[in-house]
Amino acid sequence: MGKTLFEKLWASHIVVEKHEGPSLIYVDRHLVHEVTSPQAFEGLRINNRKVRRPDLTIATMDHNVPTNDRSLPILDQTSAIQIQTLEKNCKDFGIKLFDTNSPNQGIVHVIGPQLGITLPGSTIVCGDSHTSTHGAFGALAFGIGTSDVEHVLASQTLWLEKPKSFEIRVEGKRKNPHAVTAKDIVLSIIKNIGTGGGTGTVIEYCGEGITDLSMEQRMTICNMSIEAGARAGLVAPDEKTFDYLRDREYTPKNYESLVDFWRDELKTDSDAKFEKQFILHVDDIVPQVSWGTNPGMTCDVTDSIPSPDEFSKGDLNQKKSVQKALDYMDLKPGTPIVDIKIDRVFIGSCTNARLEDLIEASKVIKGQKVSSTVQAMVVPGSQMVKKQAEEMGLDKIFINANFDWRESGCSMCLGMNPDILSPGERCASTSNRNFEGRQGTGGRTHLVSPVMAAAAAIKGHFVDVRELDLN
Amino acid sequence: MESFKTVKSIITPLDEVNIDTDQIVPKQFLKLVQKSGFGKFLFYNWRFDEKENPKPDFVLNNSKYVGSHILVAGDNFGCGSSREHAVWALQDYGFTVIIAPSFADIFFSNCFKNGILPISLDQKIVENLQQTTDPIEVNLETQTIKTSSDEIFFKIDSHMKKILLDGLDDISQTLQFEDKITDFEKRSKIPSVL
Repeated sequence: MGKTLFEKLWASHIVVEKHEGPSLIYVDRHLVHEVTSPQAFEGLRINNRKVRRPDLTIATMDHNVPTNDRSLPILDQTSAIQIQTLEKNCKDFGIKLFDTNSPNQGIVHVIGPQLGITLPGSTIVCGDSHTSTHGAFGALAFGIGTSDVEHVLASQTLWLEKPKSFEIRVEGKRKNPHAVTAKDIVLSIIKNIGTGGGTGTVIEYCGEGITDLSMEQRMTICNMSIEAGARAGLVAPDEKTFDYLRDREYTPKNYESLVDFWRDELKTDSDAKFEKQFILHVDDIVPQVSWGTNPGMTCDVTDSIPSPDEFSKGDLNQKKSVQKALDYMDLKPGTPIVDIKIDRVFIGSCTNARLEDLIEASKVIKGQKVSSTVQAMVVPGSQMVKKQAEEMGLDKIFINANFDWRESGCSMCLGMNPDILSPGERCASTSNRNFEGRQGTGGRTHLVSPVMAAAAAIKGHFVDVRELDLN
Repeated sequence: MESFKTVKSIITPLDEVNIDTDQIVPKQFLKLVQKSGFGKFLFYNWRFDEKENPKPDFVLNNSKYVGSHILVAGDNFGCGSSREHAVWALQDYGFTVIIAPSFADIFFSNCFKNGILPISLDQKIVENLQQTTDPIEVNLETQTIKTSSDEIFFKIDSHMKKILLDGLDDISQTLQFEDKITDFEKRSKIPSVL
């Protein structure tokens, strides 16, 4: 029987396999950031261990960095210490660091692909659950905890139970690809399979609805695999993948010979069997808006807030959690999504802060102003995205519309830095999690695509972005 | 890591599904560079109001549950962020066993690195356990939970069981395979970054 892409990636990285239990898997790329690494480096020091492969390890600071003027000192002392700790650890252990002064600094899952560090056929880990993003390139990429960060630093390997293969086939063609985006596809998937629907699996996304997407859109899909509970998400690499990575700063010298190998090898065999399957038809999907406190609590922009009974379909636990979510979000069943007024707009995060996201959002706001009741910001995914956007004049479009135009970082996706919501504030956000308090204690997050966020910024409430002229 | 001993205590019921690690430890506490002392931040936003006063309705603020080492929660516990701080907080607070119908993958794996035993059980059994007020005994060796009226068997991967029982240092175990790692590196096709 044939093998799935995931099974091939798994098999080609086994260092030790036992009769039962976990296998020792080799890690080709280890991405490190300031928040989940200090305790790992401390563990190495205590045990007098070194980093086995500094040449496979790359660090940046993204989660906890301010997004205002980089020349100013970091006022929060605990944050400043965490950032200095990463600098010291990278220096002591010989690891390449893109710090806040580097033109390569940015959200770790934006810079990996952009610099050609992410490669098809590789295994990539990082102490961050959104590492699944890199799966868009046909890499087996997943988030790990800090103990595993230490384990990888010391051994370049991890003990892992083999996950199951899950095929998500995305069929059909979107009617309006500028308005109905990759974000809407992935939110639709999570809405259908639930936040635990992918637990214990690696998802392979396939079908016309996926191959039609650009690399940046595929990253948006793979990024949110973890929101469905999956260990990782994958897309088989094709010419778009190989073109994207060609001639990047860290693209390997023998790239073309690697491409020849990947082209033959990195695909699911026609007779391979998946252990789980889900099919989404995208012909009729519409822009999505989350209304609750997990990404599965999402509906069409044309819908109204569901009642707990309607949403939970008889599941009492679910009903209780929907009621709690509606209370937290201060929403009433039956309210049309387009009647929900917002206070803030955040365009950013490893899900949706790449150049294409900013280009698409800028088309919505060009020549318009942010509603007087809304405060809006754009946080480019990396300094390189920021520079490219500025070369195209996108910064002017956003600034003229009264958006804040910031330096790169994770920013209000998780609100570790000063970019947070105040209690009760409601935000249209292009990020990945609408958990309680995620963007600030008491803050209320609605997950949407960049074009939906931009349209909401202008109107002051959600609108169906299909009604606007985006061409 | 200390080896896992049999635990006997009353349970703390946290009857909610999809509890994410952002709730277990909110982000403002991820700025610390050490592993210790996270217990006071456990479920911070559910436990304390804006003025840092305990919210009387939250289960951890109920004096009945002081000294409990066993948390019994709803489906998909520990979803979301990979932050191991969530496990450090549960452990520092005093929980050594977490029982739920299912766990998120990264959280589940993080538990074993910190001496916490996550047990998945059938939804009905979890719901019954949530109602139990007498102490229960969790024995990893025999993979059983003893309640005042029942004995429940639970499954666990044999490798993970051994890690907890022996309190093994994962890394020193792995480094015994150094030759195999070196062999792998010699045949790997993926080049260095730099």
